[in-house]
Amino acid sequence: MKAWMQDPVLQLFAGALLVLALATTIGSILSIRIAKGKPHAVIDNLNSRIFAWWWMVGLLGASFACGKSCVIVLFAALSFFALREFITLAYTRRGDHIALAVSFFIALPTQYALIWIDWYGLYSILIPVYAFLLLPILAAVSADTTRFLERAAKVQWGLMICVYCLSHLPALATLEVRGQPGGELLLIAWLVIVVQGSDVLQYVCGKMTGRHKVAPTLSPSKTWEGLLGGIASATALGASLHGFTAFSALEAAAIAFTVCVMGFFGGLVMSAIKRDRGVKDWGHMIEGHGGVLDRIDSLVFAAPVYFHVVRYWWT
Amino acid sequence: MIERLVAWMILTFARLLTGVQAFWIGCQPSAEQRIYFSNHASHGDFVLIWATLPSTLRRLVRPIAGADYWNRGALRRFIAGRVFRAVLIDRTRAEGAPDPVGQMLEALAHGDSLIMFPEGTRNTSDAVLLPFKSGLFHLASGHPRAKLIPVWINNLNRVMPKGELLPVPLICTVSYGAPLERIEGESKADFLERARAAMLALRPDDGEHA
Repeated sequence: MKAWMQDPVLQLFAGALLVLALATTIGSILSIRIAKGKPHAVIDNLNSRIFAWWWMVGLLGASFACGKSCVIVLFAALSFFALREFITLAYTRRGDHIALAVSFFIALPTQYALIWIDWYGLYSILIPVYAFLLLPILAAVSADTTRFLERAAKVQWGLMICVYCLSHLPALATLEVRGQPGGELLLIAWLVIVVQGSDVLQYVCGKMTGRHKVAPTLSPSKTWEGLLGGIASATALGASLHGFTAFSALEAAAIAFTVCVMGFFGGLVMSAIKRDRGVKDWGHMIEGHGGVLDRIDSLVFAAPVYFHVVRYWWT
Repeated sequence: MIERLVAWMILTFARLLTGVQAFWIGCQPSAEQRIYFSNHASHGDFVLIWATLPSTLRRLVRPIAGADYWNRGALRRFIAGRVFRAVLIDRTRAEGAPDPVGQMLEALAHGDSLIMFPEGTRNTSDAVLLPFKSGLFHLASGHPRAKLIPVWINNLNRVMPKGELLPVPLICTVSYGAPLERIEGESKADFLERARAAMLALRPDDGEHA
């Protein structure tokens, strides 16, 4: 084997591309055989989802190839787009303008800058403590008291979800993992593969065998069959990829199960917000998937838990 | 060359800030002569309409803009005149000043499509729409060949509220409605009321945000 073929990051991405090529083939066969080239809601959506995955895997792959800084920049950009989607749906008033500007242009870049310089003590409290105190002060100064607590809470919640929680994913790149020097990016790739894999597998299992709805009022597309099948197979996937990480097979399975469950409930929470606001998707940036937040909602809920598990037991 | 570069920079900035999405509800993009009439909350309104038009159509569509604002300073003059090829109208109505409707009709006679704001000025009030000026009526009757397309720009007023210096990123949408029919012998007030209703019908139903 040539040396570059032994690069584990490359191997993971080659695997992802293979899966995508397979999915694209299946999608094309479905649209020829079943839809007979005519418009078909489910199959067309499936194919546009697969097509978007090429882009997402490509972007992630490019940032990994370029290294830690690029991964941080990529996730900062994702935070920006996610926060933009979140605030668009949140009720804000003119009096929140400065607080919002500070959220987007100061809190967000500062959080990622702190991760870049690896200042754990500050990036873990910047938003939960300092933004939490400062932003309502800025809103209060504008003297608009209409639904004040609700507005302040929504801005804070958006920052926590879209910036703080998500930033724990690239923050993994700053950890020095025991037993696996230089493998930090692999830890990120592993989490993304397991959690996104769980989403995809839940979708596939649900579409193929789904009968009983888990939460009909929140998310009509989530079924027990999809949930159990998806999480079980994603847990198996995580365990089978343990060789790329510092985890043993059993540890990998336990962690994969934990992050998949967090991811599932993350999706449920974000669905509850969408349902309340009367929308189906957070946005429209990713063809077939909806917005950025629709795609990363499960990652957002899984990332901090995963980060703390790794930081506590493997550093 | 430099115009295209500046146009690209402005459009990229607008897209990054607003992720603007078009909803072609009542019509499709077309090269036919059109008058797009839209709500007006910010100086960026015509940029968003421009950004949602296919690039081949952008050269055919000229925004109407106030000369008092866009003629002030070399940069604004360049952006309005050369980049967006705006029809700059004189809103002062001073003695001897060119007649705004005449200027717009001239551009229409030239074959251009127009983006115009029937409120006549930016809406910085809490009202959803200001009362319409009569310009749209005169354009509609003065140049019957152009299709009248109602447009609703959503959320841009939240991106940059009055008096703020820094815009905040929020997703904006631009909805294009069905062409407004012309009714023979309709009074000015009735026509403007119908145009207003056609615009309001395009407002996305997101409840809390005006």
